[in-house]
Amino acid sequence: MRIIAHLIRKEFLQIRRNRTFLPMIFLMPVVQMLILAYAATLEMKNINLCFSDQDLSPASRGIQAAFRGSPFFNVMGNTFDPAEAESCLKDGSADIVIVIPKGFEKDLEKERKAGVQLLVNAINGSKASIGSAYTQQIITGWYRTYQQAAGGSIHGARAPLIQAIPAFWFNPELNYQVFMVPGILVILVTMIGMMLSALNIVREKEMGTLEQINVTPIKKHQFIIGKLLPFWIIALFELGFGLVVGKLLFDIPMQGSLWLLFGVAGIYLLAVQGAGLLISNTARTQQQAMFVMFFFNIIFIMMSGLFTPVDSMPVWAQYFNYINPISYFMTVIRMILLKGSGFTDIQIPFFSLMALALIMMSLSIWRYRKTV
Amino acid sequence: MKEEAVISVSHLYKRFGHFTANDDLCFEVGRGEIFGFLGANGAGKTTAMRILCGLSKPTSGDVKVAGFDVYTQTDHIKRNIGYMSQRFSLYEDLTVLENIRLYGGIYGLSRQKIREKSAQLLSRLEMEHMQNSLIKSLPLGWRQKLAFSVAIVHDPPIVFLDEPTGGVDPLTRRQFWNMIYEAAHRGITIFVTTHYMDEAEYCDRISIMVDGQIAAIGTPADLKASYGVSSINEVFIILARGRQAVTE
Repeated sequence: MRIIAHLIRKEFLQIRRNRTFLPMIFLMPVVQMLILAYAATLEMKNINLCFSDQDLSPASRGIQAAFRGSPFFNVMGNTFDPAEAESCLKDGSADIVIVIPKGFEKDLEKERKAGVQLLVNAINGSKASIGSAYTQQIITGWYRTYQQAAGGSIHGARAPLIQAIPAFWFNPELNYQVFMVPGILVILVTMIGMMLSALNIVREKEMGTLEQINVTPIKKHQFIIGKLLPFWIIALFELGFGLVVGKLLFDIPMQGSLWLLFGVAGIYLLAVQGAGLLISNTARTQQQAMFVMFFFNIIFIMMSGLFTPVDSMPVWAQYFNYINPISYFMTVIRMILLKGSGFTDIQIPFFSLMALALIMMSLSIWRYRKTV
Repeated sequence: MKEEAVISVSHLYKRFGHFTANDDLCFEVGRGEIFGFLGANGAGKTTAMRILCGLSKPTSGDVKVAGFDVYTQTDHIKRNIGYMSQRFSLYEDLTVLENIRLYGGIYGLSRQKIREKSAQLLSRLEMEHMQNSLIKSLPLGWRQKLAFSVAIVHDPPIVFLDEPTGGVDPLTRRQFWNMIYEAAHRGITIFVTTHYMDEAEYCDRISIMVDGQIAAIGTPADLKASYGVSSINEVFIILARGRQAVTE
């Protein structure tokens, strides 16, 4: 016990003396949240729109006005010639072209049915689908007001329009930051818990101090606890600090128990620290360790559901996430913070994390050698 | 031979694939002896030393250090040796005192004992005024002297020194060897590798390794006499070059 205390004290002394470490601990959450939460947004704004209005009727002008009033669209222009509108799409000055065919208003009044054509630049698939969904919403909305303005004249025997009114639970304002900030916290905790503790061990290897430690009677478990515990503590502190920053900057909700969150984070950290330790056992230089961790982290983070929901991934990807600790923690932190989930709701990811932590830790302790 | 062997090695082999780094080593080192372990670069000195320290296992052969077996009792061995490697082994971003405290703590010394030891050690090195300086701010010679003192902070029966004076100025080297003598006087066995042949002359006994084998072993005086030369330097050159001539 006393030996572990000596090792931990040494680790904290070194961290305190490190000129980049302390500022980074406080700067990282703030900067990452500001940049990622504001800039990396999936909300669509500034969709460039071009009309090709061949009807030139009050109805077609009404549609154009509806788009001009929307904050999501920039109406770039209107041309009679559909070929010209298409060229806007080709040269990239428009994301969506709306073609309103001749006779649109007439059809609408006579047949109660008319079509407009949407041409969408779908290079960015998600932007295209979200953009066209917005477009359809606006056109439907316009049609409703158009009908009302026309009064009974076109009402006649038409069936009532069915309208679905969504109620957005857990994030009623569809606030993207509320979704992103917990995700960023996961990344932060991972970087500190896994990357820093692994790099720290490899650094001692490079410096030659690890060899000195290896000729002392320190036991395996003493060394490992002495190395991992300081970063475990710092990572949990970082989570707390990040939550405070998230609360102050974005007013992220904290519905569930913070104790539960920290408990899960503690177990999650054991799993990723075990992985980091395993990598640091095999790597000879910090560069190697960094590269290997980078490789795994990118894959695990992308699969984890940070940006895109896991449920919409292909089945093999969902299977992959059974062994992805980041994915479990990503799910749980959002459940606890946004939904207020309790222990019974998160049992499955909780015990999965526990199993992963156990496996990773035993693997890395088994692989760790005091002799070279 | 002294009354009792604290290191005994018999028929030690260490192979890495087809390469034999240690080829049938046999020797003993007695209590309180200063044993110089010489050899050209790549002769297999460091490999043998790592085995004696419990950092690596022999391929075959019997090796006992401080009475403990290197195959099964490395934990006991580690408790009974000090080690100072050729690479720098103190923590550069800790102060002098913090390093002493850390290693004292690792070897299980009590807080009281650590305090006594640090005071004693710093006064012997005349480094009291530097106790709160970071290691990286100290000149190399000071660091090496400190590293040696830290390596024996737990009063081990044996200390292994791997080229402890590499890159150190002549004056500091002399001071360093005074410290070695002092330690030997207190009964600590010194096992030291070096490339400085003048230092070899200071040893009680030396062995010279060539291509993984011990080519000569004995007191410096005996070796000089049997090769009919006036310095260990010449003995070394005869052995190293002779072997090269054979292999070429």
